[in-house]
Amino acid sequence: MIPISYYLVLAAIVFFIGALGFVIRRNAIVVFMCLEMMLNAVNLTFVSFSQSLMDLHGQLAVFFVMVVAAAEAAIGLAIIIAVFRSVRSVETSDVGEMKH
Amino acid sequence: MDQNNLLLIILLPLIGSVLSYLVGTVVPAAAGWIATSISIVTFAFVFAFFKALPEGGVFDVQAFDWLSVATLKIPFALHFDALSAVMCLVITGVGSLIHLYSIEYMLKDESRPRFFAYLNLFLFAMLILVLGASLPVVFIGWEGVGLCSYLLIGFWHKNSEYASAGKKAFIVNRIGDVGFLLGMFLIFINFGTLDIAAINSSVATTQIVVGSAFLISLALFVGAVGKSAQIPLFVWLPDAMAGPTPVSALIHAATMVTAGIYLIARLHPLFELAPDLMVLITLIAALTAIVAAIIALTQNDIKKVLAYSTVSQLGFMFMAAGVGAYWVAIFHLVTHAFFKACLFLGAGSVIHSCHHEQDMRKMGGLLKSMKVTALTYGVATVAISGIAPFSGYYSKHAILESIAASQNYFFLPYASLVGYIATLTGFLTAFYMTRSFAMTFLGSYRGEHPPHESPWKMTLPLVVLALFALVSGLWFEHVLPEFLAPVLGPANLIAMDGIIGSILHSWVGIAGFLLALLFYTIWKDVPAKCAHLLSPLTTLSKNKFYFDEIYDFLIIRPLASFARFLWNSFDQGAVDFTVIMTAKSVDASGYIASRLQTGQLRLYALSMFVGALLLLTFYIVL
Repeated sequence: MIPISYYLVLAAIVFFIGALGFVIRRNAIVVFMCLEMMLNAVNLTFVSFSQSLMDLHGQLAVFFVMVVAAAEAAIGLAIIIAVFRSVRSVETSDVGEMKH
Repeated sequence: MDQNNLLLIILLPLIGSVLSYLVGTVVPAAAGWIATSISIVTFAFVFAFFKALPEGGVFDVQAFDWLSVATLKIPFALHFDALSAVMCLVITGVGSLIHLYSIEYMLKDESRPRFFAYLNLFLFAMLILVLGASLPVVFIGWEGVGLCSYLLIGFWHKNSEYASAGKKAFIVNRIGDVGFLLGMFLIFINFGTLDIAAINSSVATTQIVVGSAFLISLALFVGAVGKSAQIPLFVWLPDAMAGPTPVSALIHAATMVTAGIYLIARLHPLFELAPDLMVLITLIAALTAIVAAIIALTQNDIKKVLAYSTVSQLGFMFMAAGVGAYWVAIFHLVTHAFFKACLFLGAGSVIHSCHHEQDMRKMGGLLKSMKVTALTYGVATVAISGIAPFSGYYSKHAILESIAASQNYFFLPYASLVGYIATLTGFLTAFYMTRSFAMTFLGSYRGEHPPHESPWKMTLPLVVLALFALVSGLWFEHVLPEFLAPVLGPANLIAMDGIIGSILHSWVGIAGFLLALLFYTIWKDVPAKCAHLLSPLTTLSKNKFYFDEIYDFLIIRPLASFARFLWNSFDQGAVDFTVIMTAKSVDASGYIASRLQTGQLRLYALSMFVGALLLLTFYIVL
């Protein structure tokens, strides 16, 4: 039986990598992947706690997160394509038309 | 005659006003004829009522309840008695003639429909003024005629000088109107009613403080002074000559400016409670009469001469009212309406034929080319000069007799002084009017455009008015006192002479007339010498006694600089400053906050994480 702390530490590491990538990377697709990583890190904590506390609610929440992630992927990728069409780039630093 | 038809008298001109404007916008030529025929029909109605009026009787009609608040009940009621009858006959009679005259006079003006709409609207307001049964109803008319006067003075509003003459008239009248309003408030406090008949009948029985009778009369007199152009509020009337000449004849000579006389005559029992105020009225009137007559001596604009003459003649009427001879005041009002309307229309005819030239120095010798105008103007000149058997003599003679016969204790010390002033003014009147006649019609023509006689639509009213100026004195001097006695009280008997005696009595007028005739036809260098001899007085007269300058210095400039001070320091310095600084501080803080929006997604994400971490630490630590 692997202790729950192993899972949580792994989830924290994955979340941190995702967050760091989200903040420092410029390529919108990579930023998007980092976002997915963070979501999956959170999913991992959900299932870990669900297993250790013997409570199915955690598993349930994971399904919601996955559905949201799927929807987000569909819309997010569409936005990235639309942005690419208009500015010929997927770098987030190149998209600043609406700033003050 | 059904009493309810009284409403028709005021409604007809109102309908005419709307109709002549609406039809006039489609067919401009029709506007004048509609307005004129409506005016004549109204005159016919008034005449029918006048004929149906039993001796000492009244017609009362109540249209609807106008105001009803607690104990204050004001119905919209009309009251037709002998005094209203005389006023209505003058207003609609002279008014109809002037309407007819205006058709020709305004023929080339493209905004004729507006002109005739205003003219009929004026009749409507003026008739309400003289028919109103309570003071608020009278006040509707009082304000209405002021409005029409403003609209018609500034009729040619594209000329900004004319427009500001209209504004001046309106503002000066407003000062008088405040007096009228205060008078109404005081009357309501003291008598508990605003119905004129109720006030007049309760004057004898109601116990009111002596001082408040003085105050009420003073307030109403201020109103009368404003409307009837007496010192110190007469300055608007000469400027009012900016309006078309028929307007000057109707509003600023025959009818509207006599509203003050009407008001005093209408409320005379009230005024009699304050005999000391009556003296004030007489003295102000005498001062106005002589000052205006002196100014008229040196004016070269034919309409300005007539304007100052009107102010002076209104002074005569107030003198009569001030000594308690109300019927005499109304008598002079009526004769003045005829001869002054005739003079103004004559002047209009001259101006019309001389291509809008008003300066008498550029006229002269018009007798040859404008026989009818010259003759009628001459008749009216003799009439206003007070030479028997023309009408002006009888009314002026009655005024002088009433001044001498006054029994007012407070007035006795001034009686002879006022008598002398009135006589001197009579002389000056004859002089300056004959001067205007001689400069316009005698000698040789000094203008450029060849003059021509006006068409019948203009000469017919002139002839009719001249006829009345000729006979109205002899005719009315016996009729009027009896007719008005039920309203104005028994007339004090005026000693009347036969024709020969009257002519001998009019030596003052004859002297002025002959002197002016000699000065301005044969001894042409004498007027200049006289002017030089009396140079301080001439300067005063030419500069209109500096009334406008004094008002400018004492009232207008302090007021303007105070307003400028408020504008600069208070409005711009305090109010605007606060508002602008509020807006600027919001703008500046918004600018600072907007710097945070860099457009860098990474920065947003970072701040989000930092924020989340901070919140987390906050919850964990606490």
